[in-house]
Amino acid sequence: MNSWGQALVMSAAVLGAVLTLAALLIWVERRLLGLWQERFGPNRVGPFGMFQSVADMIKIFTKEDWVPPFADKRVFILAPTIVVTTVLLSFAIVPFGPSAGVADSNIAVLFFLAMSSLAAYSVVLGGWASNNKYSLLGGLRAAAQLLSYEVFMGLFLMGVVLLAGSFDLRRIVEAQREGWFVIPQWLGFVGFLIAGVAETHRAPFDMPEAEAELVGGYHTEYSGMKFGMFFVGEYLGIALISSMITVLFFGGWQGPWLPPLVWFCLKTGVFIALFILLRATFPRPRFDQFLSFGWKVLLPLALVNLLITGAIVLGVQGA
Amino acid sequence: MPDIGSSPRQTAGLSAVWSLIGAFLQGLWVVLKRTFRRPITVQYPEEQPYLPPRWRGRIVLTRDPDGEERCVACYLCAAACPVDCIALQATESPDQHDRRYPAWFRINFSRCIYCGHCEEACPTYAIQLIPDFEQGEYVRRNMVYEKQDLLISGTGKYPDYNFYRVAGVRIGGKDKGEAENEQPPVDVRSLLP
Repeated sequence: MNSWGQALVMSAAVLGAVLTLAALLIWVERRLLGLWQERFGPNRVGPFGMFQSVADMIKIFTKEDWVPPFADKRVFILAPTIVVTTVLLSFAIVPFGPSAGVADSNIAVLFFLAMSSLAAYSVVLGGWASNNKYSLLGGLRAAAQLLSYEVFMGLFLMGVVLLAGSFDLRRIVEAQREGWFVIPQWLGFVGFLIAGVAETHRAPFDMPEAEAELVGGYHTEYSGMKFGMFFVGEYLGIALISSMITVLFFGGWQGPWLPPLVWFCLKTGVFIALFILLRATFPRPRFDQFLSFGWKVLLPLALVNLLITGAIVLGVQGA
Repeated sequence: MPDIGSSPRQTAGLSAVWSLIGAFLQGLWVVLKRTFRRPITVQYPEEQPYLPPRWRGRIVLTRDPDGEERCVACYLCAAACPVDCIALQATESPDQHDRRYPAWFRINFSRCIYCGHCEEACPTYAIQLIPDFEQGEYVRRNMVYEKQDLLISGTGKYPDYNFYRVAGVRIGGKDKGEAENEQPPVDVRSLLP
């Protein structure tokens, strides 16, 4: 970015676009789930039910904003803001197009990993501050889940970083001019997708909120717009992970004929739909099953992936 | 990573992993195929569902083909009702009316469970359940239907049935022995030895 003004305009545009997308996703998810369950989903408010999000927003904004008397008030209020803040900050480093994007950073991948780790504090603190057994169990699960997925998430990303030779997302996209990284790094893609689903606490890895066994998990005590923040944070997280998958494995904005931004949005949209398809398909595994899967299967696989990628990169450079 | 293929147990484990991955992908495909199916939802207020003729819905009181009330106020429906939502009062006024009839008849539809036992108990096909379920009300009191709300002008499901034309009861214009398939009354004294 050349000037402060340009950066401000760009960040305002990204903020507006991303928040609108998150609101729209509330409707998109319900429509797609409906489609895959052979029903309609919300189709009454506005064309195709598109204004359902507006109706939902009016409802959630006007709802009583209640803090339970037994909760730790300051932390209880702070917790939902963390997830939204960190995910929005992560969007700063996403390159939407060759000249679009809020900030270029030579440690963008590390920044993304740092922010996604911080986002988990939201759930952990929310579960703790609610002072409720179900919430605490949800927070506990979130913490244990965080420890397992963050490790292999970072290690799987290192394969991409090795191939591109940079932490800079713009250079990672440029490095995919000849071929998308999903082909050499298909294991990395699958691993990152699993970690991404766990990261956003989406079904099938929504153990921290598991309605079936934990009422609502970490957000049991939350209502009104505080609950809405968790909700928006989840949808923002889906958008973020989808755009990161696009950038890291599917060539970012690159593609023939269409303008770069359109390619980026198309690819991201496909992965958002994949997130919803995963939710529509899979039942939730047991909590310990996910942990042992993460530590005993995905972590060794990530290490092997890293080792082989490193060996190949070294071999090619040596030759 | 274990040495693949070194022992039969490990190869079995690996094939189990592959079949598991296959099962996951198959699951995704099964759900994705639903994209091209039509929803089975009936969009109710605009699109009316088909109700079978024997649907148990709103309860009505029907009339004979000659236009008289079928109900003879026998109380069998009220006795059969498991939730006691039917109340009525029998009356007779021989100078105006040649038969027994309910002075008032009341069904509390906020209690009714639409079981149809009243219809089964009715000896004259007077009380009938019809295919109509749209009985939503804003005030609970409006769910209580009086006789004028229940009585319809038609015969309902049995258009030709006329209780007094097949029953051996004397009414105005029809004496004993004049009903359909009815023998003339026997003078019991003539049977004496």
